[in-house]
Amino acid sequence: MATTPVDVDIDTRVHYLNAHYGFKSWLLTTDHKRIAILYLVSITLFFLVGGIAAVLIRLHLIEPNGAIFEPGTYNKLFSMHGIIMVFLFLIPSIPAVFGNFLVPMMIGARDLAFPRINLLSWYIYMVGGVLILYAVIWGGVDTGWTFYTPLSTTYLNTNVLSAALGVFVAGFSSILTGLNFVVTIHKMRAPGMTWFRMPLFLWAIYATSLIQILGTPVVAITLVLVALERLFHVGVFDPAVGGDPILFQHLFWFYSHPAVYIMILPSMGVVSELITCFAKKRIFGYSFVAFSSVAIAVVSFLVWGHHMFVSGQSIYAGIIFSALSFVVAIPSAIKVFNWTATLYKGSVSYQAPMLYALGFIGLFTMGGLTGLFLATLAVDTHVHDTYFVVGHFHYIMVGGAMMGYLGALHFWWPKITGRLYPDGWARLAAAIIFVGFNLTFFPQYMLGYLGMPRRYAIYPPEFQVLNVMSSAGASILALGYAIPLVYFIWSMRYGPVAGPNPWGAKGLEWETPSPPPTENFEQTPVVTEEAYAYGAKEA
Amino acid sequence: MTDSQAASALAHQFEDLGQQHEAASLGMWVFLATEVMFFGGLFAGYTIYRNLLPAGFAAGSHMLNVTIGAINTAVLIASSLTMALAVRAAQIGKRNALLTFLILTMLLGLTFIILKLTLEWRHDYLEGLAPGLNFTYAGPNPKSVELFFCFYFTMTGVHALHMVVGVGVLAFLWVQAWRGRYGPDRFNPVEGAGLYWHFVDIIWIFLFPLLYLIGGRY
Amino acid sequence: MWQGFQIAPDQASTIAQGVDYLYYFLTAIDLFFTAIIFLAIFYFALRYRRRSEQDQPQQIEGSLPLEIAWTLIPLGLVVVVFLWGTSLFIRNSRPPTASTEIFVVGKQWMWKLQHPEGVEEINELHVPVNRPIKLTMTSEDVVHDFSVPAFRIKKDVVPGMYTTEWFQATKTGSFHLYCDQYCGTNHSLMKGEVIVMEPTEYEQWLSGGIRGGTMAQAGAQLYDQLACITCHGTGKGPSLTGLFGQPVKLNDGTTVLADEAYIRESVLYPSAKIVQGYKPIMPTFKGQVTEEQLLQLIAYIKSLSPQEGKASK
Repeated sequence: MATTPVDVDIDTRVHYLNAHYGFKSWLLTTDHKRIAILYLVSITLFFLVGGIAAVLIRLHLIEPNGAIFEPGTYNKLFSMHGIIMVFLFLIPSIPAVFGNFLVPMMIGARDLAFPRINLLSWYIYMVGGVLILYAVIWGGVDTGWTFYTPLSTTYLNTNVLSAALGVFVAGFSSILTGLNFVVTIHKMRAPGMTWFRMPLFLWAIYATSLIQILGTPVVAITLVLVALERLFHVGVFDPAVGGDPILFQHLFWFYSHPAVYIMILPSMGVVSELITCFAKKRIFGYSFVAFSSVAIAVVSFLVWGHHMFVSGQSIYAGIIFSALSFVVAIPSAIKVFNWTATLYKGSVSYQAPMLYALGFIGLFTMGGLTGLFLATLAVDTHVHDTYFVVGHFHYIMVGGAMMGYLGALHFWWPKITGRLYPDGWARLAAAIIFVGFNLTFFPQYMLGYLGMPRRYAIYPPEFQVLNVMSSAGASILALGYAIPLVYFIWSMRYGPVAGPNPWGAKGLEWETPSPPPTENFEQTPVVTEEAYAYGAKEA
Repeated sequence: MTDSQAASALAHQFEDLGQQHEAASLGMWVFLATEVMFFGGLFAGYTIYRNLLPAGFAAGSHMLNVTIGAINTAVLIASSLTMALAVRAAQIGKRNALLTFLILTMLLGLTFIILKLTLEWRHDYLEGLAPGLNFTYAGPNPKSVELFFCFYFTMTGVHALHMVVGVGVLAFLWVQAWRGRYGPDRFNPVEGAGLYWHFVDIIWIFLFPLLYLIGGRY
Repeated sequence: MWQGFQIAPDQASTIAQGVDYLYYFLTAIDLFFTAIIFLAIFYFALRYRRRSEQDQPQQIEGSLPLEIAWTLIPLGLVVVVFLWGTSLFIRNSRPPTASTEIFVVGKQWMWKLQHPEGVEEINELHVPVNRPIKLTMTSEDVVHDFSVPAFRIKKDVVPGMYTTEWFQATKTGSFHLYCDQYCGTNHSLMKGEVIVMEPTEYEQWLSGGIRGGTMAQAGAQLYDQLACITCHGTGKGPSLTGLFGQPVKLNDGTTVLADEAYIRESVLYPSAKIVQGYKPIMPTFKGQVTEEQLLQLIAYIKSLSPQEGKASK
């Protein structure tokens, strides 16, 4: 193991964590690393709220007639789970925490291009988050995270307006973060850091930022129209007064499909970093992996209609969207093959970050391939809006994005805090998460094909066995998530000192002390080698 | 600008003023791209309904005041001229010209807003054309006409909001310019605001024909 | 498929088996690729496990032939799946011309179904086996979805427009019907059954349920009550005889097809489209007719044409 503790007394060295003390130094910071920590704390809190909703949902679904809640309350729970997990957890997660912390360090800069906008971004996120929490907890929202009209505009008297407003506000946080990253990556790379010497994490963040910038404004204006319709009964989407409910679906999914790539691309970037470090090899097919990130971002804007195959849109639109949806799967496949090939003739070690990376590859493959089922017109007709879809996106979001997030947390934790955590417990937690995850979500594919619709508080009794399996898995998954919480907090006080590069990884961020000084680098680095230069190139 | 002023103009994350300038410009262009998408959603919705409900939308459009709309268009184009001159003045360090042109741009912007509020919106409200508030329309296709006005008020309203923000930004710039903060070494903020102002103008250039000139009336 | 443990619902319609075959093919692809990736990872991770900190792995940059191979092979596979799925979908979207039409109105939180013979059902649909059935559907309030997993059919039911789907049941029995688009509080209670019967039993059931007349007769009564003949029988409005399914020239020069949606729009929003040569004097009947009554009027107007049921998508 490359974890040789360094005899540096980090309490006397000045770094970004101890350079200034006090609330104001945190709440008014413009240091990208501190802002990343602010996001880490708030994202974790929102995740816990969304996670509690998930636990309650799975407990309720043990009984076909619903074990705990009235249908109205259940509807609020799944809406709460979806809105919080999508908008307050998955979309910000890796970009806001690891993007913020690492983008300047990986390109050799002292900070992002616009540090004050970065801080503003966090405050906007918090305002949006508080609005959403208020909406879902005080009174509740029961639109689902998709706000379909005219249900949301005309037929519900729950906190739709405040939820829509909260999502609207949180969206601007996403836009500003993306803007910051795009400008930083374009203009602030250190001397010698060409585009093709950048770590692939940066390519992934860049592609993600493109989607954040171009897609989020569309859902913002759509929610404004929904709000206007609720306030003034104007009928933009309500057929009773002349509007078209399917227009809402087009506008909503125009953002929300690319949004799912906001949620997965950063994780893919993380996996590239982890695989190379823990196989001690440069990535196989660097330019293919880099370009595939951008290709995914571009094509993601062309496929939104695959959420609407049975909506009443024309057959021809369906055919075009189906074809393009198959196209967008190819770059993801290319990445999976390249990651796997990177292991070939490598020197593979199995610390926790690597376990998460390997888990990601396997689960993303399986879940991504179920996307093909949904892109297939004739099959989607049968499984649309069933638990098959729920299984598909949880495989990608939890088996994929979340594992990438945890992998990132375990990999960069020593850099962020200067401490190591107990790897044994970390590996155990990873294994528990892997098992719990599959037990929770694999049965859902089967439930879906058998016909169980999603968003059902009450279901026919023949679906009970699979539901109980899923709920059992969820309890194991919850345990798996709880364990890192414990040892990470423990490590901050009692963990061994990490030193600048406990993993022996390549990358500019590993060439500074852990935790890094506020200015990141003593001097601006000059880059002379390729990314992942773990050894001599093969002759 | 003195050396120390130049030095303090350089933010700590940048290597030199050139990099800072380029980053600020790119930042503003990226921001404008997001604004294009923001308005784009409205334009897309409007275009779709215009196609689905041509009679009602044409009827609604005929009730708008083309004269005021045309005057406002001229006002905004003039304001883009004065804004461009302000940016030029900042680039060559002419403080007084900068201050003058900023004031002129703000005044033209406020003119636009006042004309819109008092002569158009207030008039529409008094005529009973405000959706959700007092919309009463006796002619055919009342729901389509109401939908037209919904888009009209939303699109011109969001546009006007952007103009108000623009005027506010210019006011801030004016104060900074008065304090001598801008010169050939540092005129990013004026340039960036100029880009934003031109963008808001261009949105109006699209809004005017789309809202006011459909259906042919001449 | 195994003792009582089902992977798929009953195959109870003509298209079910085709959909299932495509599903099994996709499952095979998914499991195959997942397996090879898992196995490759396991194998490489074990075979190339780190033996010492001094390991110097061979730094391989990539391989263009491999990249091309693993781009083109998946591309080829997805093209096959796309073509297969699309052709099935197109076939499954076109109801046979001789379909029996049933009309569905969804509302929070129940299904109302009308047979052309006049029988109305709630949350249940009786149909004869081995006959194509075309459903024309609309909603009174929010977007619902009429889904019958055993038939592998599903379509959103949208307010303000008609959507259609069709099926031909191949076995008798009772099959779950679900609302499959979240529609509010009792979405999960908006369920029902499709009851497929032998043709003779179905005829018996049908004749036992008819109280009033057929849908077309009900429509004719409405036509009288609402005094439509005042204009449509006197030349003030276009004649409705032989209208359904024909192209109609409008006063702005465009031509539209006189289908269900056109009739519905003409009754509710008469000024939206004016037939060439007529004045825009038709009043609206919005608020005076329910969605079911609209469907009855449409059935009546269809009955005034020699060929019915040709126009709908």
